Amino acid sequence: MATQHSRSAARIMMAPAVILLLGWMLVPLTMTLYFSFKKYLPLRGGDLGWVGFDNYARFLSSSAFWPSVQATLVIVGGVLLITVIFGVLLALLLNQPMWGQGIVRILVIAPFFVMPTVSALVWKNMFMDPVNGLFAHLWKVFGAEPVSWLSEASLQSIILIVSWQWLPFATLILLTAIQSLDREQLEAAEMDGAPPLSRFGYITLPHLSRAITVVVLIQTIFLLSIFAEIFVTTQGSFGTRTLTYLIYQRVLESQNVGLGSAGGVYAIILANIVAVFLMRIVGKNLDA
Amino acid sequence: MYPRNAIRAATALSLLTATAAFAETITIATVNNGDMIRMQGLTEDFTAKTGHEVEWVTLEENVLRQRVTTDISAKGGQFDIMTIGMYETPIWSANGWLVALDDLPADYDVDDILPAMRGGLSLDGTLYAAPFYGESSMIMYRTDLMEQAGLEMPDAPSWDFVADAARKMTDKDNEIYGICLRGKAGWGENMAFLTAAANSFGARWFDEDWTPQFDSEPWATTLNFYLDLMNDAGPPGASNNGFNENLSLFQQGKCGMWIDATVAASFVTNPDDSTVADKVGFALAPDAGLGKRGNWLWAWALAIPAGTQKEAAAKEFINWATSKEYLELVAEKEGWANVPPGTRSSLYENPSYQDVPFAKMTLESILTADPNNPTVDPVPYVGVQFAAIPEFAGIASQVGQEFSAALAGQQTAEEALAKAQALTADEMEAAGY
Repeated sequence: MATQHSRSAARIMMAPAVILLLGWMLVPLTMTLYFSFKKYLPLRGGDLGWVGFDNYARFLSSSAFWPSVQATLVIVGGVLLITVIFGVLLALLLNQPMWGQGIVRILVIAPFFVMPTVSALVWKNMFMDPVNGLFAHLWKVFGAEPVSWLSEASLQSIILIVSWQWLPFATLILLTAIQSLDREQLEAAEMDGAPPLSRFGYITLPHLSRAITVVVLIQTIFLLSIFAEIFVTTQGSFGTRTLTYLIYQRVLESQNVGLGSAGGVYAIILANIVAVFLMRIVGKNLDA
Repeated sequence: MYPRNAIRAATALSLLTATAAFAETITIATVNNGDMIRMQGLTEDFTAKTGHEVEWVTLEENVLRQRVTTDISAKGGQFDIMTIGMYETPIWSANGWLVALDDLPADYDVDDILPAMRGGLSLDGTLYAAPFYGESSMIMYRTDLMEQAGLEMPDAPSWDFVADAARKMTDKDNEIYGICLRGKAGWGENMAFLTAAANSFGARWFDEDWTPQFDSEPWATTLNFYLDLMNDAGPPGASNNGFNENLSLFQQGKCGMWIDATVAASFVTNPDDSTVADKVGFALAPDAGLGKRGNWLWAWALAIPAGTQKEAAAKEFINWATSKEYLELVAEKEGWANVPPGTRSSLYENPSYQDVPFAKMTLESILTADPNNPTVDPVPYVGVQFAAIPEFAGIASQVGQEFSAALAGQQTAEEALAKAQALTADEMEAAGY
């Protein structure tokens, strides 16, 4: 039972952290908003005055805008699908008592500790290279024509690379959820003659729903802003230009801070739309 | 307190000759190219001579460009020396962002720097960046494969000869590809090659009213020629190959020909890295009979951002790294083939350097490139494989993506050119041309 007094004490104690976090968010956000209404070209003398909604209109009317939103959503959706499905399967597997369980778990988690840039480079040069890559050699062994992954299946390749990075995260969260599952329920179901698939569908999966929600929400936040994997592999060509990458091009390659900031505001709006959407669909699970 | 001391020290330094009494630590941003890595290895020589310490920030070319551009336009002051190229120097010096290098000591001998290099790194006759190495582009080819194909490479071949030879050399079953060319998107990657090649076909970026020219016949000729040639005789996945990827393919013996930077010559002829070191020949970049060759002109140069606290020490470093003595130092430690090429006339007059197999071809390539008249028709911009305007990097990166997608077979040359024309026109209009 929190009294009025203890509640206000708690608020005072939390204030420093809240203020710090707000400042952390608000300063860049305010600057982004400020620049988005300005014509700001560092290589042409910097601040060239207020331009109202010009940047917003230009960013939206650019032929690159909608394809970039589409690419962003395809990558987010694809990675979520792969990591959730394989995350559940891996979690089930790792939950089995087996020899060398500790080592296997560490190996499964390992990709999470590799920096995105490094892993993207390894994938690009060691696996996907159409002349020297491992996949190319595999294809040749079976007499097939090697695929140039990053240009012919660019979006799929990037989804694959990013999924590989995020699979450990999903697996970990889901594994802890599975471990908290009551064994007695499963045993009771087994004694009542429920087949394995039904046991999974009616007991394990509902039990995992909250964990899956957490995985989906947290990953979405990060996946909306993936950058390194694209920068290192395709530089945004072949339809892999996401909204983040487009903003980067506008600000850093074209040196147009105003236009890029307007894009940043759009990205915030998009992220919020996606978040609201997700909360509607899966957020129910968090209320329980 | 400290900055004031630094200024004092710097003033004292410029008055005195170098002494170790006022040792500074300067921070230098540079590219991860072989010659720069070598320079880092020799930093001790500089420290021994002047007492100054050096901190290196070594980055990949694209990343370096963005880091230094962001730093200088936002006045970040992270670096005392930046490695920049011929594209940035005129733009930045016009903005007053660079320290003029007009007081280098007499024994530095500014007049020894090749005119093409000095011109490209100066504004109104004042040098703003000292060239560390200069490059053009040329053909590197496999003499043994050329012989097998029953052909002989002339010193100044035409595009038709190159295309024919490339197709004859190609043996895809044995992973021999007749020609390796850049396909990776980027204004300094595929667009450098394609813009230079387009010059030889008579194409240009803009006409004299700054109207984009991608809808012109010469561009269609250039792009179709390139796509056909790469589809017939290029390596798979060429749309992801930039300088480094092609270098490793060539070193592994998988390319018959490679048209790229002259500095690559020392890497492909170095037996430590290259399996075909003793089988490489050189020729000038091809032409299409219109009086221009498809070679570019570029220099990586060292410049000092205005506002640095350590100007005097930075100037000493530039004086050391781009001097004649530095060339001798590298020659003594690594051999003449490995000195940074393309900057000084004296190097090409040096008898020891004339024995280097690619020296003559490099110099000829550099001398034939003209940044003021890059292509057949007159243009309003300066630059051979780029147009020295601030918007160029952003525009050319996007155009490069369209061309790269065309090479990957995702759109036709006509579609790529139409998109390039539209986006260039749009950007130029926004920039107020």
